Amino acid sequence: MAFSIDAAFIIKAIIILLIFAITLLIATYSTYAERKVAAFIQDRIGPNRAGPFGLLQPIADAVKMFFKEDFIPSHASKWLFILGPCLSMLTALMTSAVIPFGDSIKYEAAPGKVWDVAVQAIDVNIGILYVFGVVSLGVYGIMVGGWASNNKFSLLGAIRAASQNISYEISMGLAIVAILMMTGSLSIRHIVEQQHGGNWNIFYQPLGFVIFITCAFAECNRTPFDLPECETELIGGYHTEYSSMKLGFYLFAEYINMFVSSAMIASLYFGGYNYPGMDWVQAKLIAATGEITGHNLATLVGTLAFFGKSLFFVFFYMWVRWTLPRFRYDQLMNLGWKGLIPLAIVNVILTGGAILYLKPLVVSLLK
Amino acid sequence: MQLTNRSKQVSNKEMTFAEKIYLPAIVTGLGITIKHFFQKKVTISYPEVKKNLGPVFRGRHVLKRDDQGRERCTACGLCAVACPAEAISMVASERQKGEENLYREEKYAAVYEINMLRCIFCGLCEEACPKQAIYLRHDEFVPVFTERDQVIWGKDKLAENMNNRYLRTAWTREEAHEQDLKGIVAQPRTQL
Repeated sequence: MAFSIDAAFIIKAIIILLIFAITLLIATYSTYAERKVAAFIQDRIGPNRAGPFGLLQPIADAVKMFFKEDFIPSHASKWLFILGPCLSMLTALMTSAVIPFGDSIKYEAAPGKVWDVAVQAIDVNIGILYVFGVVSLGVYGIMVGGWASNNKFSLLGAIRAASQNISYEISMGLAIVAILMMTGSLSIRHIVEQQHGGNWNIFYQPLGFVIFITCAFAECNRTPFDLPECETELIGGYHTEYSSMKLGFYLFAEYINMFVSSAMIASLYFGGYNYPGMDWVQAKLIAATGEITGHNLATLVGTLAFFGKSLFFVFFYMWVRWTLPRFRYDQLMNLGWKGLIPLAIVNVILTGGAILYLKPLVVSLLK
Repeated sequence: MQLTNRSKQVSNKEMTFAEKIYLPAIVTGLGITIKHFFQKKVTISYPEVKKNLGPVFRGRHVLKRDDQGRERCTACGLCAVACPAEAISMVASERQKGEENLYREEKYAAVYEINMLRCIFCGLCEEACPKQAIYLRHDEFVPVFTERDQVIWGKDKLAENMNNRYLRTAWTREEAHEQDLKGIVAQPRTQL
């Protein structure tokens, strides 16, 4: 394909920029939402001083972060100390590239020549592998930062983060394997397209979903698995020595990871941009506004459905955080290695059995 | 020895399967927190909304005047003697001719000062006063101060404002409760 600046290219660029901006915006307001949800669950009001309902609170927080002293401990390895939060932020932002936020946008370049641009930064056929690869790189940010701080608490936090991420990645991968067996594709877009309408994977993979979401909590270092930054034992864990915007980056990266993993849960198990009755809505919109506009409007509705699902899971993360206490470290490891991995393997075997024996049976019964 | 009847026997029994997979307990917990999410909030947004602290709250001091606006204080010094924190100091003075509309009796406090960093709001000055000249308001705090010269309050801040007099209808909790039952409305809160 010739690389030229045409309408499709511009639409794609706008979509990429929008996805980037929206990811950042949602992460920013997740900090606000976190505080509000925490407050509401604890029968409080939460931030309500900066702007109406405290809506300017994230901006006030960012300004505060920027004006704090950017301190580097004298015994720290300076470059690695700076590299840590950069890596965390970079890997967090990279993951949203392969997530399909919507169906596609149609654009008539010339009469009879219609461009069809997917609402996704890049549609790679190894989307899930890409996400897993980038997420595993994310642990380097924590590891490097914790090690470079030259502080025993930071190092302990970093070691915990690394071992926790490695342990839970296995069962997470095995949970995904069951999905891959069902869909036969590594492209997230394919997986989403196969869940057309209300035919979501959650109905076929309830066990896989529970395993996946548990591991997602562990991967994001969220309560009940927030041992890397466990305040009661490790002060602040890997970011004990960090201040100013470097600390801000670490915290911000956590919120981006939270949104991205929510988006992954939504697209892998809850149909992504699909929702029941989507064909009817699309037909109505096309009938009302014409082929191209109708299709684009239907895409928009789907994208909104996708964001609704993702944001619900962001809320779920917070909900769980303010409900559960932290696991003990041995409980965490027990759950990961002795609980979730065998369960995930059982899930894979069950899925395989179902595909082999149950599916032909159901198909023949339906005929 | 048993202090309360809430003590619980701890058992170290093996967890059941349902307990081991944590999920039922987690779902119960999520149910409890979401219930609180929609519950009425207990927060009082302080500067905008003020809680009625009750009729016996001891807030900022006020030097009362009588009905004609004359200062009741005679600078006898009993409040200063009673004060356990030694926060009160005063200078007595004799009333001159023509000042009868300012001071009720022949002797008055030319200077009356309370050090708000020393005051512990115990209310002993109120009890010691034979002229019912000093009270601790039940409806106002001592506002926050940030400068050292704001610490010592003189008569300018303490003397009662005749346009906005301090009134208290109840003197005990029981009285306040009785008045609530009779439908006597409590004094509206004045702005700080």
